Amino acid sequence: MEITVDIKALEDKARLIRISILKMLTLAGSGHTGGSLSAADIVTALYFYKMRYNPKEPLWKERDRFILSKGHAAPLLYATLSMAGYFDAQLLKTLRKIGSPLQGHPNSKSLPGIEISTGSLGQGLSVANGIALGLRLDGINSRVYCLLGDGEIQEEQVWEAAMTAAHYHLDNLCAIIDNNGLQIDGPVKEVMRIDPLPQKWGAFGWHIIEIDGHNMEEIVNAMDEAETIKGKPAVIIAHTTKGKGVSFFEGRVEYHGIAPTPEELSKALKELGEI
Amino acid sequence: MDKAETKIVKAKATRVAYGETLLELGKRRPDIVVLDADLSGSTNTGKFGKAFPERFFNIGISEQDMMGTAAGLSLTGKLPFASTFAIFATGRAWEQIRQTICYSNLNVKIVATHGGITVGEDGASHQAIEDLALMRVLPNMTIIVPADAIETERVIEVIAEEYGPTYVRLGRVKVPVIMPEDYRFKTGKAYIFHIGKDVNIVACGIMVDKALRASEILKGEGLDAGVINMSTIKPVDEEAIISAAKISRAMVTAEEHSIIGGLGGAVSEVLSEKYPVPVRKIGIRDCFGCSGDPEGLLKLYGLTEEDIIRAVKEAVRMKNFNI
Repeated sequence: MEITVDIKALEDKARLIRISILKMLTLAGSGHTGGSLSAADIVTALYFYKMRYNPKEPLWKERDRFILSKGHAAPLLYATLSMAGYFDAQLLKTLRKIGSPLQGHPNSKSLPGIEISTGSLGQGLSVANGIALGLRLDGINSRVYCLLGDGEIQEEQVWEAAMTAAHYHLDNLCAIIDNNGLQIDGPVKEVMRIDPLPQKWGAFGWHIIEIDGHNMEEIVNAMDEAETIKGKPAVIIAHTTKGKGVSFFEGRVEYHGIAPTPEELSKALKELGEI
Repeated sequence: MDKAETKIVKAKATRVAYGETLLELGKRRPDIVVLDADLSGSTNTGKFGKAFPERFFNIGISEQDMMGTAAGLSLTGKLPFASTFAIFATGRAWEQIRQTICYSNLNVKIVATHGGITVGEDGASHQAIEDLALMRVLPNMTIIVPADAIETERVIEVIAEEYGPTYVRLGRVKVPVIMPEDYRFKTGKAYIFHIGKDVNIVACGIMVDKALRASEILKGEGLDAGVINMSTIKPVDEEAIISAAKISRAMVTAEEHSIIGGLGGAVSEVLSEKYPVPVRKIGIRDCFGCSGDPEGLLKLYGLTEEDIIRAVKEAVRMKNFNI
């Protein structure tokens, strides 16, 4: 893996990942567009700037771990893993089809690079805690990253896990909240208010970093800062836009759980500079 | 061989045997980690926690988080044992066990105590009578209900060597030691005390002892009732069930659990598909428990040797009537 601080190169990778997401979703005919696009910059920075891993040895003991707690952003994970070299990009065309290792939500048994099966919300942070505890017991200095949706943190288990991480001083853990403000039934603040996020996580004993989740420089700096925090876990609250990168998907709640039509795809690809 | 006369030398709660075995295992298995949800005194994991504090994680009163944390630890190559009361382990955290542990087929051992109504005075809220049903429907899950302290010890030792999600159900109260000292547990293999010609009683947990007593009484009445300790509920020992049914052509099941979805369900499923014979079930008849002393509750809910004897006679009658 090549480590780069070339922000432009990272931004371009994120653009290519967005294109890959839109293409695979259109072929699949269903899936979660909005929340895959909103977290694309964050996950790009993780895989192509921050994390240590080896796609030829997916279970390398000293790898950094990524847990996609918001499992419905599976297309984002698949596009990223493929680009990182875990599997051939041709597989992306099989998303959600019978027999495909690319399940509607990530299945760790069917695809290399997926640490744990997710999809039912609220469970990833607990798993991340367990991994962080295990790594610490073994004296391995790898880091664990866990991406949560903002709607997802309405789940009680997230707050149980937030307590556990702080209680056990898991400074090898970094949670990232994709705070795009929308969930299936509407704006998060209308469905079930989760604010104020910094105060809540702070009260639970976490180090808070708040950023624009589409500003690559801020993302990279936040991940670096998180690594310097000792004695407690860090959370990056990333303010994002659902459907980011495609003007007619941005901020539109109806694109939470549907795929682009072929017409929408060709318009979107133009916006993203393909062709 | 008739082992029904095995002398009862002592009684011990299976949860106590668990705590002792876990402590011993912890000494030679540095990969074992233990999690509890604020019940380590009751589940007996506290003994391990005292000896190996760095490998013991009290997660507080949050069973869902405990299951996820156990899953994460297993992903780093640890062997987690997660314990709490049976109803909270399987009820409160059912979907976490499904999504995170079973779907990903992780090596997490869920050892729950306080199964069944012999929890006693705490009442229905704390009496798990549906845990086996809840766990049975989960793919990849192995389910074991030890009958006594000896079997508990052997079960814990064996599952520590085998890969995969496992649910072990233990009890609160002391139960007579009935398994032979040299007993060797094998997952998925029933222990046959003896095969009866007239009927065979398939039992698990505390009901094995009662089945043995019932069989002894029935012998005096001229009825040959065999006793099978079906400690592995899943995968159930189909061969033992079918071969016993072929001889007696009438069966009784006995469990400290709902008659829906537990041992009785498992045995009936096997027999109805592969060798249909009458089956009478001893268990909780689709209702909640209540507060009271354990022995009194067993009487109230029809879980005594007298109830087994009645069921045996009914099963025999059904068999003869069908002929």
